[in-house]
Amino acid sequence: MTKEKLNIGVLALQGCVDRHRPHIIAAGASFCAVKTPEKFQEIDALIIPGGESTTMLKLIDTFGLEEDLKKVFAEKPVWGICAGSILMADKVINPIQKSFHMMPVTMERNGYGRQLESHNAVVDGFEVSFIRAPVVKAVNDNVEILASHDGAPVWLRSGRYMVTTFHPELTLEYPSPMHQAFVHLTQEFS
Amino acid sequence: MAATGNVINLKTGLAEMLKGGVIMDVVTADQAKVAEDAGAVAVMALERVPSDIRAAGGVARMSPPELVEEIMEAVSIPVMAKCRIGHFAEAQILEAIGVDYIDESEVLTPADEDYHIDKQEFKVPFVCGATCLAEALRRIGEGAALIRTKGEPGTGNIVEAVRHLREINQDLKRVLQLDDAELMTEAKDLGAPFELLRIVRAEGGLPVPNFAAGGIATPADAALCMQLGAQSVFVGSGIFKSDNPANFAKAIVKATAHFDDPKAVLEASKGLGEAMSGIEISEIEEPMRMAKRGW
Repeated sequence: MTKEKLNIGVLALQGCVDRHRPHIIAAGASFCAVKTPEKFQEIDALIIPGGESTTMLKLIDTFGLEEDLKKVFAEKPVWGICAGSILMADKVINPIQKSFHMMPVTMERNGYGRQLESHNAVVDGFEVSFIRAPVVKAVNDNVEILASHDGAPVWLRSGRYMVTTFHPELTLEYPSPMHQAFVHLTQEFS
Repeated sequence: MAATGNVINLKTGLAEMLKGGVIMDVVTADQAKVAEDAGAVAVMALERVPSDIRAAGGVARMSPPELVEEIMEAVSIPVMAKCRIGHFAEAQILEAIGVDYIDESEVLTPADEDYHIDKQEFKVPFVCGATCLAEALRRIGEGAALIRTKGEPGTGNIVEAVRHLREINQDLKRVLQLDDAELMTEAKDLGAPFELLRIVRAEGGLPVPNFAAGGIATPADAALCMQLGAQSVFVGSGIFKSDNPANFAKAIVKATAHFDDPKAVLEASKGLGEAMSGIEISEIEEPMRMAKRGW
């Protein structure tokens, strides 16, 4: 395939996938929903979207995708959003669950509470949604904190990895600054 | 921390997170764990699954609060619970319990024959059943953040869910072609809120996610609904009334994730044992047809 535009994949096993399409296109890249190893090879970077982290873990296991995903994680920029950020964490609590140790942080699942505690908040000047969101509890030194909310980091970067505990894809105009930042990050590493 | 206000995007936002998934009816904490282990995106906490409600007859009400709480304790995925159509006091109790979604459901015996709940008053999001676009838009107008087909619950018969998905699709196709002058008459004829019809036309579809429910019993049923445009599926009696619930649960999850890949759906369909036994719709007496409930 031609390589004029960066191809940003969104892991489409389950969750909020299509809402990223207009953001990615507006940021000047191509959108691609991916759920098979063949598709993983076509992308320049991967977004692990919002959804249910336990469900995604089960599906990765059920479809035997772990090794293929680890290869993507070892080579390409990855952005985890909400559930995706939980999968990328070094350690997960409430409850303790498996993760891929990409971002050196500890994540507390549903850190604000259940759906009734879901809320909109202004982060870095932009109103975004926290939906049954996790809370970052501990951060290693080599992590860059790009934005905080309510005393906890909510947008972080470490090397070619980025996480947001909120959902820029739901409320922001196209492209969201987070999608732009991720496309830039992908350019840096391509 | 205190959450801000009663905001529709937070309500539809959770539905966005549940897309591409399976929401399973469960009646015990153990079943909830089986569902979670199989990869369910959420569970519906119930006292009885629809096929048992059908068999038992009588008045079907909201589940006992202890049962809902027990299920919430047992799993980390979102927990939904049903209240009767129009029974806002049951909804208030479910909100006080702290469930993640309320299903104002025709599976239970309606409490009000004229009015659905004013769902805008609640902070907890609601899902409601619909058989066509107008009904979906009436529910959205009342504040529903997620629509599902009604189907015919507890039958293991997919025909009604298919009818409702096709009905919504056909209505959408027609509305998207209308000009401004035609839209008002369409709103009048359909009995749908005009402003919401305008939003549908501007956005090219429903303003909230649309899932399938009612009669899904096999992986192929789930794949059928997803290919007809449903964005997730609810499975009621289909899992825990089958021969091997854990296998069926996992198989329906697999088929939903790869609904557009026949080989994957084939793989998911093998070695399952017996699906729940089904009921032909014409064998159900008119008053017991749940899809007819709601207005």
